[in-house]
Amino acid sequence: MSAGMKPGLPWLLLGAALVALPLVYAEPYPLHIIITILIWSFAYTSWSVMGRFGLVSLGHGGFMGVGAYVTALAWNNWGLTPWIGIPLALLCAAALAVVVAWPCFRFRITGHYFALVTLALSGIVLQVITATRDITGGSLGYTPERIQGGSAPLAFQFTDKVTWYYIALAVWAAGLIIWFAVQRGMIRYALEAISEDEDASAAAGVNVTLEKLKITVLSAVMTAMAGALYCQYQMFISPDTVSGISISLQMVFAVVVGGIYVALGPTVGAVITILLAETLRIFFGPAAVGWDNLIYGLLLVLFIIFLPKGIVGSLADLGRARPRPAGVAAVRGRPA
Amino acid sequence: MGAIFDIYLLEALINGLLLGGVLALLALGLNLVFGVIDVVWICYAELVMVGMYAMYYLVSVYGWPFWAAVPACIGTVAVLGLLLHVLVIAPLLGAPPINQLLATGGVLFFLQSFATVAFGIEFRNLGLRLPVIEIGDIFVSYARLLAFGCALAGMVAVYLFLTRSYVGTAIRAISQDREIMALMGVDTRRIYLTTSAVGGGLAGLPACLLVLQYDVHPFVGLSFGPIIFMICVMGGLGNMVGGFVAAFIFAELISVGGLFLDLEWGYVFAFVFFIAMMVVRPAGLLARGA
Repeated sequence: MSAGMKPGLPWLLLGAALVALPLVYAEPYPLHIIITILIWSFAYTSWSVMGRFGLVSLGHGGFMGVGAYVTALAWNNWGLTPWIGIPLALLCAAALAVVVAWPCFRFRITGHYFALVTLALSGIVLQVITATRDITGGSLGYTPERIQGGSAPLAFQFTDKVTWYYIALAVWAAGLIIWFAVQRGMIRYALEAISEDEDASAAAGVNVTLEKLKITVLSAVMTAMAGALYCQYQMFISPDTVSGISISLQMVFAVVVGGIYVALGPTVGAVITILLAETLRIFFGPAAVGWDNLIYGLLLVLFIIFLPKGIVGSLADLGRARPRPAGVAAVRGRPA
Repeated sequence: MGAIFDIYLLEALINGLLLGGVLALLALGLNLVFGVIDVVWICYAELVMVGMYAMYYLVSVYGWPFWAAVPACIGTVAVLGLLLHVLVIAPLLGAPPINQLLATGGVLFFLQSFATVAFGIEFRNLGLRLPVIEIGDIFVSYARLLAFGCALAGMVAVYLFLTRSYVGTAIRAISQDREIMALMGVDTRRIYLTTSAVGGGLAGLPACLLVLQYDVHPFVGLSFGPIIFMICVMGGLGNMVGGFVAAFIFAELISVGGLFLDLEWGYVFAFVFFIAMMVVRPAGLLARGA
């Protein structure tokens, strides 16, 4: 996270290793886990893009649901290929974000209030998916129609895990690039100022409503992309796996555990949560139902109390060996 | 045709009114905690869920009479509220408020999965059949009437507690100015503990009432949690009168909206209304001019 514009050597090595991975090792099951981790890492990164500025949204489960369901519905009902369906879904998520977030920001609904409003949003998206069960299949879930006979690039359907690996890797990398673009852009200074004092930053010429709206729409669109990707990869979605309060909280949990203020925090969070869930599933089978969330919940509370910067954030602090400048620490500590 | 329609509408309005009582009680507890401790218990609906399970186990499994199970249930959830404060909120009192909110989100996850692991995902109910009262052509369920009456009584009790007792006065004072009260010799810690217990108890009472009407399962909190939060935000967080009014508006929207379409659409109407109201009255329903 240094200020340099060029990616450092560690990043290049990491990238090269990830690109080369399936050439040397392509067992289906581990690859499936890695693809899942990459997709969720991207979703978590999307959340942290706005979450790191104290804009705590619990509505991202809603955006993810929109991304997944619009893509699948457009394909099944109108035969619209995901190459058009996904942009459509992203547009819908952006519109939803504007409709909900604009009144919030315009009228200074921040902090607790914003979290609660967005919490209601994810609850409502889940309700809508359930209520329109004639079209969406309700709580039983929904399956995009498969093209017979293998991969169909035009329909964005691939049976090959390696192809999916590269798609997920590319999207994940794009998420990180966006993260760094925000990190280096003017918008970061504006939003850090806003998270410290809205009135003062407005007086200093920052368009508070617009800057917050920009980052929210960006974050919502990225999250919807993750939802669409998840849908195309799994070829099955249900309201509980892509929308609702649980998914929103899961995003918060993973990001908090990994580290909310560092680029790889969400990714580390995804690795930990998914490996934990998989391990429990392998060792306890069906009896594991509920245990993973039980542990998540407990860990979330413990992390917020004892390690609020998350694993990567705390390690980075240790490596730095001296405390960050007071100003930055204050921004990080403060809510909106 | 017109007459029948009107009767259904009237029935929906009455049911909405009765539902409003329970929602108002739920919002009251959340508002009280927020007003005093400045913390939003995201897991509030899950506390209610635990209370419903307590009722189910006491009444259906251990065979307690209903009237004896109610105080036990309220007590259980009150202790839970106390534990929530001591274990989760108290260590975070100095942290940014949003961290406290997220920590209670962790508790939400924990309670939900705890219920899944401990009680299973089956839907359970008390198996009590309360009579339905017929007034003219309108059918009103006795359970709802009872819930409404108890909810009102509970709110009156809280009102009296807040206005007539020393502790209640201290609670109201703290919600007005947190810093100064410590200087006035009020033990803030004790007041926080009392508030958490009362807040928990206020989740326990609706649990006793809801279990008469609805099945309990680990995710039951999700079905009314978002509504309670919307009510609190619309009423103005911490504003108890606002929450009371908002509760009835939402209950009517859900009940009447559910009459025309599915119940889920009632929730959707409520949310759309909520977003619209934010534009009109952003600081809450009863906010004084900014």
